[in-house]
Amino acid sequence: MISSTPIAAPPALLSADGLVGVIFLVMIGVTIIGGLIACNSERLVRAVAGLIVCFVGVAGLYYFLNSPFVAMMQVLIYVGAVAVTISFAIMLAAPEEQKKIGVSGPLIGPFGFGTAALIAGGFSVLAVRTEWPVIAKINDGSIKKIGIQLLTNYSMVFELISIVLLIAIIGALVIARVERKN
Amino acid sequence: MSVLTLYNSLNTFLILGALLFGMGVYGIVTRKTFIGMLIAAELLLAGASVNFMAFNRFTAPDPVVGQIFTLFIMAIAAAEAAIGLSIVIAVYYHYKSINAEDIVQLKG
Repeated sequence: MISSTPIAAPPALLSADGLVGVIFLVMIGVTIIGGLIACNSERLVRAVAGLIVCFVGVAGLYYFLNSPFVAMMQVLIYVGAVAVTISFAIMLAAPEEQKKIGVSGPLIGPFGFGTAALIAGGFSVLAVRTEWPVIAKINDGSIKKIGIQLLTNYSMVFELISIVLLIAIIGALVIARVERKN
Repeated sequence: MSVLTLYNSLNTFLILGALLFGMGVYGIVTRKTFIGMLIAAELLLAGASVNFMAFNRFTAPDPVVGQIFTLFIMAIAAAEAAIGLSIVIAVYYHYKSINAEDIVQLKG
């Protein structure tokens, strides 16, 4: 577990704290490279592979944010379930000539990049310039605490997730069903 | 502030979330097929989740709330992927194409 107190002096590269920092830099790199592959690659299958790489990196970021439970859920749900679903959809729905995807017009690439850069840059500047207030923690956010809260204070969330997923599964089956002719 | 202590700063995670969000916006705008747009939408949701988790770790008094909200985002994302992909498959059966420019029956 990572301590929540800030480290005063910069750690040496090969000390324990320094290696933690190196692993964090690797996770940042994995996330960004995966995201770039996911939104830039020409083939859909490669985009899904990039998405998986990106989600593994994001799971690492969650681990650094003191929540190994959410990191595990990220790997289980996104890398395990969502990526497999998207791969199946590509195999079922994309004909050969459409598995390659380009941009939709000559101008859309630069304009899309401009919009995305504006949004990302704006959010970053906003985040860096704001003074975020820090309030003292009232618990440690461990898995045990999550379990207790999920079954007491936030039991509605728990039930809603189940109902939403049930309805989504039934809806997906109904929409994708091929009508039989007989 | 050394490069090796970046994981102890809120700004690192906020900028990473903004970058993921920007990549998602770029993908949604430029992709031609529905599945490509769905993949980009997953990137958008990942960026939002990273933001929630960062604020949860660094500023929130109760670190459980953000984790439960991120779990909720994950469930909604899974539902969205399932419904969206089944719509894509239904559209493909109908039009034999997943290209967004071919599905123009409602165009005025």
